[in-house]
Amino acid sequence: MEVVMAITVGVLYAAGFYMILRRSLVKVIIGLALLSHASNLFLFTVGGLTRNGTPLISESGVMEAEVYADPLPQALILTAIVIGFGVQAFALVLFKRVFQTVKSDDLDELTTTEQAEVTS
Amino acid sequence: MRSNILTTATGFLLPLLLLFSVFLLLRGHNEPGGGFVGGLAAASAFSLHAITHGVRPTRAVLRVQPRLLMGIGLWVAILSGLPALLLDLPYLTGQWAGWKIPSIGKLGTPLFFDIGVYLAVLGMVMTIVFELVED
Amino acid sequence: MISASPSSHSKSDTSVIGQLARSVVLCLLPLIPLAITTWLAMQFEKIVSGETLTFEIAWVPSLGIEASFFLDAFSLTFALLVSGIGTLVMLYATSYMTGDLRKWRLFGWLMLFLFAMLGLVTADNIIVLFVFWELTSISSYFLIGHKHEDATARASALQALLVTGTGGLAMLAGLILVAMATGTDQLTEILDQPELIRQSPFVTGMAALLLLGAFTKSAQFPFHFWLPDAMSAPTPVSAYLHSATMVKAGVYLVARLSPAFAGVPFWDFSVIIAGTVTALLGGFLAWQQTDLKRILAFSTISALGTLMLLLGLGTTYAVQAAVLFLVAHSFYKGTLFLVAGAVDHTCGTRDITRLGGLMRHVPGLGLAAILAGVSLAGVPPAAGFLAKEFVLKASLGSDWPELLTAVVFLISLFFVMVAGLVVIKPFFGSSESLPQMLHRPDARLVLPPLFLGIAGMAAGLLANVYGKPIVAGAMAAISPDVKIKSLALWQGWNLPLMLSLVALVSGGVLYAVRQPMISLFAPLTRFCVVFPTDVYRASLAGLNSMTRWQSHLLQDGRLRVYLLVVLITLCSLVAGTLNVVNLPTEASWLPLKPYEMMMPFLILCATLMAIRAKSRMAAICALGVIGYAIALIFVIFGAPDLAMTQLAIETLTVLLFVFVIYRMPRFATLSGRKSRVRDAIVAIIAGGLMSVIALVASMSHVPSRVSEFYANNSYTVAQGRNLVNVILVDFRGLDTMAEVTVLSIAALGIVALMRLQFRSVSDSTDSVKEEDAEVKDDMDNTKADTESVERLTHDSHIDNDSDISKRNP
Repeated sequence: MEVVMAITVGVLYAAGFYMILRRSLVKVIIGLALLSHASNLFLFTVGGLTRNGTPLISESGVMEAEVYADPLPQALILTAIVIGFGVQAFALVLFKRVFQTVKSDDLDELTTTEQAEVTS
Repeated sequence: MRSNILTTATGFLLPLLLLFSVFLLLRGHNEPGGGFVGGLAAASAFSLHAITHGVRPTRAVLRVQPRLLMGIGLWVAILSGLPALLLDLPYLTGQWAGWKIPSIGKLGTPLFFDIGVYLAVLGMVMTIVFELVED
Repeated sequence: MISASPSSHSKSDTSVIGQLARSVVLCLLPLIPLAITTWLAMQFEKIVSGETLTFEIAWVPSLGIEASFFLDAFSLTFALLVSGIGTLVMLYATSYMTGDLRKWRLFGWLMLFLFAMLGLVTADNIIVLFVFWELTSISSYFLIGHKHEDATARASALQALLVTGTGGLAMLAGLILVAMATGTDQLTEILDQPELIRQSPFVTGMAALLLLGAFTKSAQFPFHFWLPDAMSAPTPVSAYLHSATMVKAGVYLVARLSPAFAGVPFWDFSVIIAGTVTALLGGFLAWQQTDLKRILAFSTISALGTLMLLLGLGTTYAVQAAVLFLVAHSFYKGTLFLVAGAVDHTCGTRDITRLGGLMRHVPGLGLAAILAGVSLAGVPPAAGFLAKEFVLKASLGSDWPELLTAVVFLISLFFVMVAGLVVIKPFFGSSESLPQMLHRPDARLVLPPLFLGIAGMAAGLLANVYGKPIVAGAMAAISPDVKIKSLALWQGWNLPLMLSLVALVSGGVLYAVRQPMISLFAPLTRFCVVFPTDVYRASLAGLNSMTRWQSHLLQDGRLRVYLLVVLITLCSLVAGTLNVVNLPTEASWLPLKPYEMMMPFLILCATLMAIRAKSRMAAICALGVIGYAIALIFVIFGAPDLAMTQLAIETLTVLLFVFVIYRMPRFATLSGRKSRVRDAIVAIIAGGLMSVIALVASMSHVPSRVSEFYANNSYTVAQGRNLVNVILVDFRGLDTMAEVTVLSIAALGIVALMRLQFRSVSDSTDSVKEEDAEVKDDMDNTKADTESVERLTHDSHIDNDSDISKRNP
């Protein structure tokens, strides 16, 4: 299973990298989202896969599952998911404002500062 | 995006979803759930409402500014760590009351911390959603 | 301490407390080095009896670096010079800098330099030595650039910093090599095992790197050019840093390391050659100058070269001459600089062609100048005479007696001429063109040079009585197998004395006919002055254009180029270090279950769709599918909390995407086919690398003890049964709090971005043009700025109002 997951992670990363290398702003945003997914899944895979081993303790005080998933990566990923949301929202708004200001979604038109644009 | 059915449905769904989010928050310490998930569930409920009814009515339902919610959440989380300091323990060490409240469970500072997280997440998401959906 | 006083504002001039505080600090300034001098003098007995004081504090215990210091006779000699001359210079500076608004900053840097220099000459740990070494460079940088509104001063400061800083880095590399070869970073321990250094295969490299540091710091050829330019510093600084103390740090280093490196051919050869060339060059250029400070600066270069030459020779006479000359030079050169400063202060010029006959006006200064000039020219009974006798003895006893004696004789000639230029011309020369006396120097300007001059004279007279033990101790530190010779001034009629006398007389003659000589040597002079500076400028320009070229290549302003560079670098670095060979061959991998394959399959399809999609909506939907499939994977592998969070977040993300991207333009294929293929290849390689990393990491996965701790304590201590939540709110609560704070900041950032009023390109073009027109009138610009700020705040007011109205419909 790990091999399949690793390949999936790789595909997600490759797609994300490819998309952030585009010139179109919108595609870069999609790429960011893909990278965020890829990283979460990467952490999850690296943290160790366990079937049905929810890290919960029963009422009697012992672990419910004999082999339980590592809770530490899970806590990490949980925060990563939420932070990822914040980052994506920020990036979205940033790009939106850039688009409103520059009136173009071609990143190559963002290479110069305002001043230089006036002179050119 | 106006649809009568959806609009009516979300009107009923909102309280139910909010109730569910509180349920998630409170059971979080022992079962899957917690402040993050609860806050996100509540935020989803409000977002749904905002999409169907528009931002203005949702603001009315929420009553307070989401930014304020964010601040309150942070303060609650910060204050929940203080009791430990009074007992000369490291900041944020969990303190539990000896007794239980029916249907909520044990009372302790981590619960308040989680409530802080819940409020902060709710406030954060709603701030963003309102900003983006508004114009 | 000093910068805390409210001094640089003229406003506080009226405040009584401020004035009082400033007078207290002014008094403290010379008192601090005086106290240090006194303490050092009290250690004198102990040190000369052969004892070495040590002192250490744990500095970076994790790296095994201890801030250790030691004080032996050689260190004590230096430390006494540093603190003693420091006392006089501080006293002098309090008067010299009167009226300078930035004097407090200067005092602060001077004080920092004082301690850095003391640290340098007493440091035992080589890292500590390096830190203090660089600290002196930095304080020198700020002191040279004291008049920072002057472009020349700024350029000189930067030049000094670059030259000595580069040398310092080379020295650090050399010190590290030495530490590796000897297995210790304590200077005393390194010097105890010189054979380890000599047997090291890198001995030449070490010597080259260390000498690079020493030569740049001590202004040896071809790095000498920074020192004359450093004369842009206020005179007390020149007297202190750039003649008496800091520039001798390189000499200190070479002397200190002599027991380990002397005898290494490269070391001896380089030191002798550099020293000889520097000594001749400095002397040759010195007497052609007309600015008092520049004359002194070039003669300092010459003296530093002489010191190097002596250390390179390493014979008994040479080492003794080095120690004596070191002390004598500090005395007389410090004095002359202080005199030059006072003259400048009094007459408003340092140009010797305009100065003359000052003896009548400022006899105190004249006396100090005579005392120092006597020492400089090597006339008995000054310390300089004694030193020069030994320098001549050393050259006569060397392996190349004729050549070196000629060199030393020439240097003596130059020194005599310099003495004439800085003493006879300004104080006894014709005074027809003397500029008006601005004001009489006060006692604080006269007493320090006078005291220093007398000290130089006394040192010569009393050397044989009191000086022997410390000179002997210092010599032992430089070369363990030399025995001290008599320090008596009168050593009988011998060849050195004869040579001395001849030099004195012929120097005097040459002084009289120097004007025609200057034009005679003009081409050579031009070559000597211009050449190294040109090399420095050219290399600086080369560095600049190279930086420009490489930033143009790597950072051309296009996001995708940056990212490509980052990705390619990442891939090559990671691939280079990834260890795929020593992996466990049998990893306990989970067996495949067919129905679970649905999710990865779904993700693959959705990813393809997200890349290939022609419409924005399709891409967003694909993103959503990926997110939900990941949530399902979380469910299968025992992470219900993650699954719930992921579901909620995914819903919200899709919602945001729809709202924002819907208003953005359609997908456009902007890149050409070629760059798409190139990007795809890079992306696939990087993705593949991530796959390999994921596999390697999960193969070597060991359940952490931390997780075990959480499992064991979650219920008993933290009273929670959901481990993930307990970690979040209890065990790692502080992290969570930070995370929530970050999220809140992100949300606030979004609010700020949304509310900020941007000008669109067409608007901004106009307004920039307007601003260009307004540039001349600052007032207008400020007004425009405040207006825009008002507009912003006004906007937010409206928002708040509307918020309120929304709240109460």
